[in-house]
Amino acid sequence: MAQSAALLEARQVTSVRGERTLFEDLNLAVHPGHLYQIEGPNGAGKSSLLRIIAGLLQPLSGDILYKGELRQHVRREFLQDLLFIGHKAAVKPELTALENLEFFAATQGQPCAEPPFELLAQLGLVGLEDVPAANLSAGQQRRIALARLWVSGAALWILDEPFTSLDVAGIALLHRRFDAHLQAGGAIILTSHQPLDWAGRSLVRLQLEYSW
Amino acid sequence: MARVSNTALLQQLIRRDLRVALRQRSEFLNPIIFLLVVITLFPLAVGPSADTLARIAPGVIWVSALLSAMLGLERMFRDDFRDGALEHMLLLPCPVELAVLGKVIVHWLLTALPLLLISPLLALLLSLPMQALPILIVTLLLGTPVLSAVGAIGVALTVSLNRGGALLSLLLLPLLIPLLIFATAALEAATYNLSAAGPLAMMAAFLVLALGLSPLAVKAALQVSVN
Repeated sequence: MAQSAALLEARQVTSVRGERTLFEDLNLAVHPGHLYQIEGPNGAGKSSLLRIIAGLLQPLSGDILYKGELRQHVRREFLQDLLFIGHKAAVKPELTALENLEFFAATQGQPCAEPPFELLAQLGLVGLEDVPAANLSAGQQRRIALARLWVSGAALWILDEPFTSLDVAGIALLHRRFDAHLQAGGAIILTSHQPLDWAGRSLVRLQLEYSW
Repeated sequence: MARVSNTALLQQLIRRDLRVALRQRSEFLNPIIFLLVVITLFPLAVGPSADTLARIAPGVIWVSALLSAMLGLERMFRDDFRDGALEHMLLLPCPVELAVLGKVIVHWLLTALPLLLISPLLALLLSLPMQALPILIVTLLLGTPVLSAVGAIGVALTVSLNRGGALLSLLLLPLLIPLLIFATAALEAATYNLSAAGPLAMMAAFLVLALGLSPLAVKAALQVSVN
């Protein structure tokens, strides 16, 4: 059954911020090999939905299921399989690109035996590995955060506006990484205002409306 | 994927936080310099008479330890909240309480450990009788982790507020007054060559209580703060 194969399911999720209902009884099934793009105007609740799925935000009602079980019952397994890169990307400005990367890799269970220079080269950060992230440009800091996509073994990626401040080459690089991840049976949920340049075969669009 | 053990994650968190702190040297040296300045000013202001100084020494040392711990406290979660590392921490595949304990340990290492190391100097500056020095070190060993652990609750509650500083001290100081009372009582007993076992036992109880329960409270507070 297709339903049981869902990596993650949101059932009847309702979220309220202050006096305003963001969305009501929202259902979403996330299947391996698919990319889910959540669209909607500012304030429609895109980030809130991502944060609810990750477990950072408590929905007013509704459940999130991971592989058919309530997320809170399988918290550790769920978190081991989750990569969440939010609006604030958790890059420590005092640490260098290399140190940030090593920390991410170690917390993701893939400690680097040697400095991941190949990855830094791919991300265009070579020569900057010893510079504190605070001294790098916004796009370069974003690249450090997104480097987690290369060191993580998680199947479910939740990305809030991953393309922010990336240049064209960076966006293309990210697209290639997304493709490889979906091919390998992973799933991606992301928000983006940019239309995704995607072959279309595995893209699911979810439109959130601004409501009162 | 590879499973990461709890201890490995804790180690990584502590290592990263220590690294970050060492890069902002002025920020992490601030509390300890403040403490040294306060304590050197007292003999100048009150007068160098050993009798007076020995009488006020327990109170002065502990009040300045308390205030200097408060100075460094806000840093525990504030920067992490701003750059998103707090959310990353909450989503690590380990109990949140463990990560919180890591934060408490780092705060203790940065504010209390230097204090412990210079405590003989402080005792000397305030002419604390030599027989009270071991008790001073014991009260600091027992009491400073309580400052860090209870402080973490206050920081976690106020981290999402822009100016939580004043609120933080209002929130925490009443909670820490019992600690102050028992610590100074132990020291005073020691200066008069009396047994300090009673107050020290109370402090040990505070320590167990604070280390055991504060991670739970901090976890709940952080989840509200990022909500």
